[in-house]
Amino acid sequence: MTILIIAEHHGAELSANTANVVSAAKKIGGDIHILVSGKDIDAVATQAARIGGVAKVLKAENAALDHHLAEEMQSLIMPMAKAYDVLMAPASTFGKNITPRLAAQLDTQQISDIIGIESPDTFLRPIYGGQAIAKVQSRDAQKVITVRPTAFDPVTDAGDAPIEDVSHTKSSLDSAFVTLQAAASDRPELTSARVVISGGRGVGSKENFDLIEALADKLGGAVGASRAAVDAGFVPNDWQVGQTGKVVAPELYIAVGISGAIQHLAGMKESKVIVAINKDEEAPIFQVADYGLVADLFDAVPELIEKL
Amino acid sequence: MKILVPVKRVIDYNVKVRVKSDHSGIDLANVKMSLNPFDEIAIEEAVRLKEAGIASEIVVVSIGPEKAQEQLRTAMAIGADRGILIQTDAPLDIGGVEPLAVAKILKAVIGQESPNLVIMGKQSIDDDSNQTGQMLASLLDWPQATFASKIEMQGQYASITREIDGGLEVIKIGLPGIITTDLRLNEPRYASLPNIMKAKKKPLDIIKIEDVGIDVTPRLKVTSVSEPPTRKGGGKVSSVDELIDKLKNEAKVI
Repeated sequence: MTILIIAEHHGAELSANTANVVSAAKKIGGDIHILVSGKDIDAVATQAARIGGVAKVLKAENAALDHHLAEEMQSLIMPMAKAYDVLMAPASTFGKNITPRLAAQLDTQQISDIIGIESPDTFLRPIYGGQAIAKVQSRDAQKVITVRPTAFDPVTDAGDAPIEDVSHTKSSLDSAFVTLQAAASDRPELTSARVVISGGRGVGSKENFDLIEALADKLGGAVGASRAAVDAGFVPNDWQVGQTGKVVAPELYIAVGISGAIQHLAGMKESKVIVAINKDEEAPIFQVADYGLVADLFDAVPELIEKL
Repeated sequence: MKILVPVKRVIDYNVKVRVKSDHSGIDLANVKMSLNPFDEIAIEEAVRLKEAGIASEIVVVSIGPEKAQEQLRTAMAIGADRGILIQTDAPLDIGGVEPLAVAKILKAVIGQESPNLVIMGKQSIDDDSNQTGQMLASLLDWPQATFASKIEMQGQYASITREIDGGLEVIKIGLPGIITTDLRLNEPRYASLPNIMKAKKKPLDIIKIEDVGIDVTPRLKVTSVSEPPTRKGGGKVSSVDELIDKLKNEAKVI
């Protein structure tokens, strides 16, 4: 079995989720290769080579791959794809954008967002926003898989894999990168943060979200929100945690003024410790919380910030 | 410009799903079914392009049971001009017609209809695969713009703002191309009663899936479907001081 992992990186930093995807690949078993691609990626290739259990790093250095446009990634990967039994990527917007293009070319039915591996051809994946878990067995010889990073503990041992250059032929398809408005924040990225503080409709306004942000900064955490808070216009959509937003599984998740709709729970119930602060003691969020505090958030959160 | 919008009949997003007692799938009997929310956004966007004088015709297509005509009528009430149903009794959530097969069928429809642009939901809220748009683009050898939160048409190009994990990315694709919608793209309108009545008279073609000539045999075997493990919560603290103490000394997370 030979497995290719399509790695994500931001600038000179390999995404932390790569170590989670390698962990999933090790569960399937076989030779694991990591593909890094883009411009000025020496540092990224070295980081990938140091992950334990990796047999080889393929480095595609080419300006056309700088923004990982799906068409370019298809053009890069297809010539090497036949040599692999499994192609894997994180189930992030990066991976989701690319892998179905490969699966269609290889005539294989992709398995999205796996959270468990039963055997090399049988996987667990959430459906209906995590309201059910399907166990599926692939009948295709070649497999294309996206992995939910939070479902696999990252590989922590170190390695020293050789790095090999691979060439890229520019795609003939008409797509071009224009600009990136990166989320300007000193806070950790929501999906990989150790601590996440989320606010809901109960926070009441855009201005009141300063309170949530202050608590996040106190704990060195990221800020999230429920769909209700996003729909009310309090915060941008990329803060949304839930079925239609991001899936997070931090060590500590604090839900403030969030009732706990199914759609929100789907995005955070794998968190290791959940705290809920809500003045409605009947709120469903308390059913999943390890520590529930029935209190007015405008009293409790400032007190928490002061005493931490 | 002609726009094709693929749509799907799915369980309503407010419904709590029930796993069948034999673990073979999800119980859809007597459950409220709706248009997939992301597809509704796709239709709204197409209708806005028509209202802006950019699009001339909007065709909606669905693959599903006879009753998926309801969702096509809803789409036409929002403003699509005509509908096509590729009829099948196979499940569309899991264990039936899968994203790869759907993409192949849509490719065949596009061969007949020759649209300049396809706008579709980024994923359906039943199987959550997030594959069909990208697969369709790949099979057609077209460029794609997934997770769109803003679309600007510029002649033979579309400029699309994409919602990605690290922020907002703007890309430009040449047409024909595929755009998949994210939640922020627009807020779909409610269809007015006169428009609902008008939609009933719009053309709707029904084609049997067998007549499309695509092999739709499932590639994935669904071994079982189960409820997710329930989280044991319900613990309460009475004060902020107790909360801090528990987080420090019991959970050891701060």
